[in-house]
Amino acid sequence: MKVVELAEKFGLEIFSGNVGLQKEISGGYVSDLLSDVMGFALENQVWITLQTHQNVIAIASLKDLAAVIIVKGLQPDPETVKHSEEEGIPLLGTDMETFEIAGKIYKEFEI
Amino acid sequence: MAEILEFHIKGGDFNLAGKASSKIKKKLIQLGVETSTIKRIVVATYEAELNVVAHAREGKLTAIFEPDSIRIIIADSGPGIEDIDLAMEAGFSTATKKVREMGFGAGMGLPNIRKNTDELEIESKVGVGTRLEMIIYY
Ligand SMILES: Nc1ncnc2c1ncn2[C@@H]1O[C@H](COP(=O)(O)OP(=O)(O)OP(=O)(O)O)[C@@H](O)[C@H]1O
Ligand SMILES: [Mg+2]
Repeated sequence: MKVVELAEKFGLEIFSGNVGLQKEISGGYVSDLLSDVMGFALENQVWITLQTHQNVIAIASLKDLAAVIIVKGLQPDPETVKHSEEEGIPLLGTDMETFEIAGKIYKEFEI
Repeated sequence: MAEILEFHIKGGDFNLAGKASSKIKKKLIQLGVETSTIKRIVVATYEAELNVVAHAREGKLTAIFEPDSIRIIIADSGPGIEDIDLAMEAGFSTATKKVREMGFGAGMGLPNIRKNTDELEIESKVGVGTRLEMIIYY
């Protein structure tokens, strides 16, 4: 499933980083602890988090993640949006809570 | 001849955190280093860079690209680490509230560094600073 297909399927808002929308997703990772993501997230996963600052994009880019989803209707900082454009990492948003969106995405990737 | 990249890291400046790691990653891709090796280097470099930002005043990161390995030295002036063995334990952190609210301060950085490096040396003097030297073989 591509990032753009995921966004469409679950009605995710696309804040920025459109150039990365065609990337193929391998699965997801849920964490609000940045060193946890740094240590354990895998390439091409979507990262679901409530963190909104720009270090999120720095990490997503360093880890080659497919996209970042910000939960609970939280708005990304302006620098986060800017950084997402620069790095080509799609920054998505949802009003859903982590449990709900993670559950929906999990179903997509369950074998 | 080994190529060398140097970066200045400013304590407290979370906006620029990760810049040095990003440049080192680009260089490694250019050099054609294997992807799985690049991933290990990136994790270790980022965590070390971030520790200077989160805990120290300022630091210098030196990356030495050898034919078969990368050697990275991160030296900072800052509070230093009182008990290195304790700091290496997963979950140990002295991060401030502000740093924790950003999602840092899980006490996972140093364990991540240990896990992703082939050689790691840490020296620290309380009230003076900390120096990490790590080697990752390609
Ligand atoms: N460069 C440094 N200068 C001073 N203290 C440090 C430095 N690096 C690490 N420490 C100390 O070691 C502790 C553990 O570091 P570690 O990187 O494992 O966790 P953290 O930085 O607190 O949290 P995380 O890395 O998960 O965001 C820190 O909380 C701090 O007390
Ligand atoms: Mg750390």
